[in-house]
Amino acid sequence: MRGSLFRKNLVTTLLLAPAALWLVIFLVLPFIAIAIFSVGERAPEGGYQAALTFAQYANLPARATAFWNTMVLAPIGALACLLVAYPVAYYLALRAPERWRLILLAMIVIPFWTSLLMRTYAWMYILGGRGIPALLAYVGIQDLRLINTPGAVLLGIVYGYLPLMILPIYVSLERLDRRLLEASADLGATPLSTFLGVTLRLSLPGVMTGFSLVMILLLGEYLIPTLLGGGKVFFIGNALVDLFLQSRNWPFGSAIAITLVLVSVVVLIVANRISTRLSGARRVDLI
Amino acid sequence: MPKSYRDGLPITPDKFVDQLMRLKRGSISRRDFLGLTGLGVATAVMARELGIMPTPAFAAENLGDRMSIATWPNYHDPQTFENFKAETGVAVEVNVFGSNEEMLAKLQAGGSGWSLFVPTNYTISTYKKLGIIEALDMAKLPNFDGKSEDSRFTAEGTIDGTIYAVPKNWGTTGFAVNTKKLTKPMSSWKEFWDTAMAEGDGRTMVHDYQLTTIGNALKYYGYSFNSLKQDELAKAEELLLKVKPHLFAVSSDYQPGMRAGDAWMTMCWTNDGAQLHRDIPEIAYVLGKEGGEIWTDFYAIPKDAPNKPAGYALLNYLMNPKVAVKEHLANGAPSTDARVNALLPKEVLDNPILYPAADLLKPLEFGAAATLTDPGRAELMARFKSA
Repeated sequence: MRGSLFRKNLVTTLLLAPAALWLVIFLVLPFIAIAIFSVGERAPEGGYQAALTFAQYANLPARATAFWNTMVLAPIGALACLLVAYPVAYYLALRAPERWRLILLAMIVIPFWTSLLMRTYAWMYILGGRGIPALLAYVGIQDLRLINTPGAVLLGIVYGYLPLMILPIYVSLERLDRRLLEASADLGATPLSTFLGVTLRLSLPGVMTGFSLVMILLLGEYLIPTLLGGGKVFFIGNALVDLFLQSRNWPFGSAIAITLVLVSVVVLIVANRISTRLSGARRVDLI
Repeated sequence: MPKSYRDGLPITPDKFVDQLMRLKRGSISRRDFLGLTGLGVATAVMARELGIMPTPAFAAENLGDRMSIATWPNYHDPQTFENFKAETGVAVEVNVFGSNEEMLAKLQAGGSGWSLFVPTNYTISTYKKLGIIEALDMAKLPNFDGKSEDSRFTAEGTIDGTIYAVPKNWGTTGFAVNTKKLTKPMSSWKEFWDTAMAEGDGRTMVHDYQLTTIGNALKYYGYSFNSLKQDELAKAEELLLKVKPHLFAVSSDYQPGMRAGDAWMTMCWTNDGAQLHRDIPEIAYVLGKEGGEIWTDFYAIPKDAPNKPAGYALLNYLMNPKVAVKEHLANGAPSTDARVNALLPKEVLDNPILYPAADLLKPLEFGAAATLTDPGRAELMARFKSA
């Protein structure tokens, strides 16, 4: 008895070991390194110099605008993504013919195999002067500028992160018990109130998962604002890139990175709380 | 003569997939990839089925079969590396960078994998101080001739009598203007900044580079390009913050915007100015009469170079005037070497973009090491970008 339990534990441990090792090497150790860097000083020629100071954290207000821009961009971007993603997920899960479903899902996922950078760079040319504006010039709309505008950044974000929003919502809608919808209709609810009262509420866990997934990735986003926004809007991701690669103020960059991680954790916890509160106690099982 | 890397070196489907896989593995940086997609080539291993015929000079040492160079966008004649490969059997992997700081950061972090790279004049003393670059073994560079070099451009490669870097080319930092869109003739940085807030509203680009963006804002008031004085930097900051809402972009990747006609005016380096003007004649290159920057790009070898023999072999190959002349024709930057100038066609030597009149060159300043590493300027740039 004891022997078999021990063996079971051993098997579990061995199976988990690779994942644990991976996390330690690629997550825990770098995080410790960053934490140590963040209490250091910038060397005169740039880089890191050992010290024990919280000066870097005290200096955080110097990037307040970047933090603020990010805190505004992330929820707006995630919301825009959600508004586009929900109808698509709804169609896929509840309306699309069975035999098309897999193909449609594949069409959503396949572009994701290509790097975000490349897809964003493609948008640079589509929105650039030789792209859509050149086509519009044929119909008489001259000198229209689409690239390097806030709209272009939003478009890039929605485009880039859409699959991450669609998939969790799709999964939660797909599991939806259709009989609940019928019951709702039988009890006299209009399609709209069925949607609001049943479908939407039951898909909220998926919505929250997608929302926090996109939101957290957006907190570190720097590529899309650089390429489609012309580098004019400065996000915390841009601040990090500049601090590590341009001014090479690694300690300050590390302090910002640690702060960003903490903010992300808070966002996750809050999203999780909301999600549980909205839908946690509402597991409905028929029969 | 190829117009750009893309023309000279079409990327094949399998190379493209190659790059994509590298990007996914993270072994290629964003800038590399920008270079690849936007600027034509970045990390192309230039392999061709040309016969491998090592020349006697190279045969003595085992050069291996590949090496890596870090350089700037649109900076070489792709044919050069193909010829080198044909002669030596060494395939050259080209990594394209956007700023000296980025190169420095990568070398500082270690394991860059480069056997040759192209730093700008003001970084060499820092590299030497940090012990990152090798004192060059001149015996391995018989093609280099110090006597034929113009010492105005080469001085910073030599520290305490030891040569750490040899020059590739020199150049200036001015601005490029699409004269069809902005018809008023311009000749100064004052006009550049004023136009950016008027006719050039929403169509002007400045570098994503503190050295030049702050330096050229300082020139608006006639201050030194390298100024570290608090009050002068405060004035420059005031100007930059005023101009910021009128800009099209803060980016050093300005060729696509200028070529597409989205941007009408941009801060610009000589070689880009020459390439833009060559392809789109209405794009003019202007040097501010108040002054600005003059620079030299050098070749240097990192101490941790994985393939030093090939690094030296390629450097020596590039120092051959017959090879160098093709490089200058392709990238459009002027040469520091009298032997190369003797081989350049007259129209190149007479091109005012490449070889500006002496009175325009006189007020130009070389960027200083302290300007690049100054934390105050870095923070000013961050405030400008986040404004």
